[in-house]
Amino acid sequence: MRLERHPILEFVRGKRITFTFDGESIEAYEGETIAAALHAAGIRVLSRTRSGAPRGLFCAIGKCSSCLMTVDGIPNVRTCVTPIREGMVVESQRGPGKLNPVFRHRPHEAVCKEAEVVIVGAGPAGLSAAKVLLNHGIRPLVLDENPHLGGQLIKQTHKFFGSRAERAGTRGFSIADELVEEIEGEAEILRQARVLGLYCEDGRRVLAVAHAEKLLLVAAKDLVVATGAQERFLLFPGNHLPGVYGAGAVQTLMNVYGVKPGERALMVGAGNVGLIVSYQLLQAGVEVDAVVEAMPEIGGYHVHAAKIRRLGVPILTSHTVVRALGKERVEGAMIAQIDGKFEPIPGTERELAVDLICLAVGLNPSTRLLEQAGAQMGYVPELGGRVPLHSPLMETTVPGVYVAGDCAGIGEASTAMLEGELAAFSLLAKKRFEVREKIALVQRSLEKLRRGPFGERPRTGKEKVFTLMKEVAVG
Amino acid sequence: MDEPIVCRCEEVTVSEVKRAIVEGYDTLEELKRHLRVGMGPCQGRTCLPLLAWILAQETGKSLKEVMVEVSVRPPLIPVPFELWREG
Repeated sequence: MRLERHPILEFVRGKRITFTFDGESIEAYEGETIAAALHAAGIRVLSRTRSGAPRGLFCAIGKCSSCLMTVDGIPNVRTCVTPIREGMVVESQRGPGKLNPVFRHRPHEAVCKEAEVVIVGAGPAGLSAAKVLLNHGIRPLVLDENPHLGGQLIKQTHKFFGSRAERAGTRGFSIADELVEEIEGEAEILRQARVLGLYCEDGRRVLAVAHAEKLLLVAAKDLVVATGAQERFLLFPGNHLPGVYGAGAVQTLMNVYGVKPGERALMVGAGNVGLIVSYQLLQAGVEVDAVVEAMPEIGGYHVHAAKIRRLGVPILTSHTVVRALGKERVEGAMIAQIDGKFEPIPGTERELAVDLICLAVGLNPSTRLLEQAGAQMGYVPELGGRVPLHSPLMETTVPGVYVAGDCAGIGEASTAMLEGELAAFSLLAKKRFEVREKIALVQRSLEKLRRGPFGERPRTGKEKVFTLMKEVAVG
Repeated sequence: MDEPIVCRCEEVTVSEVKRAIVEGYDTLEELKRHLRVGMGPCQGRTCLPLLAWILAQETGKSLKEVMVEVSVRPPLIPVPFELWREG
């Protein structure tokens, strides 16, 4: 179902088009992704595994591969980041899918190009890095695999906290618009450019990129990796059912495409993401039965918690989801109170008649490209797990490869923007630009944002990363 | 199927992983090769952190110890055959 009225967002839909899903004709709007259009038509089971188990959307940003379908005869298309087109033939697939029997390999010539700086990821970090480089006369090549620029900012409808310099008081999607506006027409931007890998050819760093149905080989002198993060998954029976969605996927559906993700929801996790998305679900007309939080305390800001409590949503601490009910899709959820060892307490189980289980249990940095680049990694739980080691100036153990934002350790959009700027200034300093004062200024702003009780985890995490980095440099 | 899934792509369950650990496949790399967990189209993006958590629980090792490097091979995402060059 599509949302028509929303307290904050206005949905401007594109041209009406028609496509087929497993032979059935479905109407959609230009600008929607295949997965969003199917969801709007009430279709949640997108494909099936080898054994026939249903699979649906989970991350909605091209990372989890749970939404793969066969599109115009091509199997394994990520339908959550692929725009729908007039006349498309969309089919569910079973297991790895089948190659079109009439397929003949007609290899295209690869397009080769060189770039002084390549930025992978056009979220808050990548866009901020691009802006700084442009201000100093360097025109970066910006690659992003999504149809829209702005990363996860495009689905943030809440106003940001902090100071004016960090765009406080502005809603996330407006910040995305501002950042894009600042570089559009100046930087070379490729949307829907999928980075497939990083190779070393004749001593040069070469990125293999799929773009506009061609293979693009980009020799990159310097590289800023700002690939963001991905939603964490949770272990409980039924966790694979369509209707168990990451919190970010739910935001994408309702805030970017104006598609109602379900009728009644259970939110798992009372950190800021869980609390904010619960409120956004209510704004989209979805009932929220409860927010469960495994820890004995609410993790997010109390102002967010108070907001949803006032609207009658109970926040149950020391509670978790123990099972998703349903065969083909979520038809309910069983929750229970848990003890000090996170084990469910017998007799406290309760069934909720929800059709949506929303997981807001944290993020993992997306570091695969960095691992291919040979960047050394470290395990730092405060930053979300395995993270690339980097200097306080955002350079990894591979000279010329910089990181910024969530892929360098989970933080907030405001710190991601600053890290993007810092990575760019750091790169400029290597090129002998006089930017020492700018670097000091950005570092001070970062420190300020990471002050206080909520900044403690990322602050501790970053200190660990810098120490590990120093050990590598010495050893 | 009434069991938590660790790896959606390859449909590997928690008990399959636990059994494999008892059988001696007690590193991420071995579990991958034995069960194909993390070797589907998402290349372990979703399941490897969970797999590491189970491994730590079952072997008594710390997450830091089990979260060692596993090979990250290209292509990072599914890609149409047409893009591949000859040679």
